[in-house]
Amino acid sequence: MIEMHDIWKTYADGTSALNGVSVKIDRNEFVYLVGPSGAGKSTFMKLIYREEIPTKGEIFVNGFNIGKLKQRKIPYVRRNIGVIFQDFRLLPKLTIYENVAFAMEAIEAPRKVIKKRTMEVLELVGLKHKHKSFPSQLSGGEQQRVSIARAIVNNPAVIVADEPTGNLDPDTSLDIMNLLEEINFRGTTIVMATHNKEIVNSMRKRVIAIEHGNIVRDEQRGEYGYEI
Amino acid sequence: MKFSTLTRHIREGFKSILRNGWMSFASITSIFISLLILGVFILLALNMNAMASQIESQVQIRVFLETDVADDVVADLQKQVGNIPEVSKLIYVSKEEGLAQLRDRMGEDNSDWLEGYNNENNPLPITFTVEVFEPKLVKSVADQIHSIAGTYETSPVADVKYGQGIVETLFKVTDAIRNAGYIVVAALSITAVLLISNTIRMTIVARQREISIMKMVGATNSFIRWPFFVEGALIGVITSVLTTAIVLIGYDQIINAFQYELSFLTMQLLPVKEVMALTSLTMIILGSFIGIWGSVMSVRKYLKV
Repeated sequence: MIEMHDIWKTYADGTSALNGVSVKIDRNEFVYLVGPSGAGKSTFMKLIYREEIPTKGEIFVNGFNIGKLKQRKIPYVRRNIGVIFQDFRLLPKLTIYENVAFAMEAIEAPRKVIKKRTMEVLELVGLKHKHKSFPSQLSGGEQQRVSIARAIVNNPAVIVADEPTGNLDPDTSLDIMNLLEEINFRGTTIVMATHNKEIVNSMRKRVIAIEHGNIVRDEQRGEYGYEI
Repeated sequence: MKFSTLTRHIREGFKSILRNGWMSFASITSIFISLLILGVFILLALNMNAMASQIESQVQIRVFLETDVADDVVADLQKQVGNIPEVSKLIYVSKEEGLAQLRDRMGEDNSDWLEGYNNENNPLPITFTVEVFEPKLVKSVADQIHSIAGTYETSPVADVKYGQGIVETLFKVTDAIRNAGYIVVAALSITAVLLISNTIRMTIVARQREISIMKMVGATNSFIRWPFFVEGALIGVITSVLTTAIVLIGYDQIINAFQYELSFLTMQLLPVKEVMALTSLTMIILGSFIGIWGSVMSVRKYLKV
């Protein structure tokens, strides 16, 4: 599903973020990406959804060579990747329904399909009854659910989540994790960067640790491994 | 593009105007004010231009013949002057008509000056009143009349008058008025464009997040651009139509209100139907262009997410 071959990334200002990373993530895996701040986790994720391109090396996502992608092809590849952020990134002036439907409109799905599917995912994340509310009327956990609904509405093969529980209290974080696990169970590959030790240690998955731009640890059912 | 996508873009464009109420209001206000000032100046410029033309068209050449020219020479001269290509009209003023016109001009009070003069002892020469197609050509035509007169053995022309000196000054003034009008209108157009693109840039900066999220979920650039395009066009068209209507209605009111007060002037304001086409065309085209251009340019800047 995701393959990186000797990926190097140096930013324009000279900062080197990744130094020869190679990794293979299979379909339907759930991967935690751990490591100190500034270790290269975000760059790792940005390469997957083609926010950045590698300075050297090749990366394949869902069969596409991301580094060599033509500009006009980018949107079509992104449609197969759902992205979730720590700060939710919802559009404040759109209702919950519109925030989710928006992702389907962007890929020009028929209106009837949009309506049906949007309500379906809102039900899955447990917010069907609030579809007419605006993001500001929702709690943090609820907002993150909306952003998850938006990420999965187009049935992406991969979900990339950058600290999805970073802004949430422990109970709410657990809810979100259960939701992600459910989505993973239905067949979506998930790559999640996190600093949440409790979650990583209690919901055991594959753990990839990055330090100074290198993968220093890669274990199935691994532990968080850092003291906070 | 699918039809349903197009309707979506139009719907989103409309919604966006309503949702971004204050930003839309700012755009509409700045387009409105710019166009309003522009419209007023277009009307002023048109009227000044018309007045300048009217004054210029009153410029004529008067050809005074010698008093003792033979009839066939007069006829020949009249024909030759009339054949100058720039001449639009030649009026032959006989001695008798000349005297009558002079009496007219002197008025009742001074009529005794001309007492005793009649058709037998009329001291006035025959004159030609010459009008030209292009007022600025009077000097060249006057020179040509002089040279025609020079071809006769004895010149039949005593004098050629077109208000030398005064006419040149007049043209300088009318040209200055016209140029000032063009410069003001051009400057106002540029100001309007700058003002509005700035407002729209603010709108877009406010929506940078929206654009980056659209890109994140896999929207194509054209899909992102369309609603902004629709929004800009809508704001531009609606505002310019509204402004044009207000300017023209206001102008009509002014004409009606001052119809009698201004009638002592020889010059009159142009009627609405004469200025309507140019004013509304300029304003609506400019307004729509500004709206569309402003939004398209600003979106382009933020599409490279």
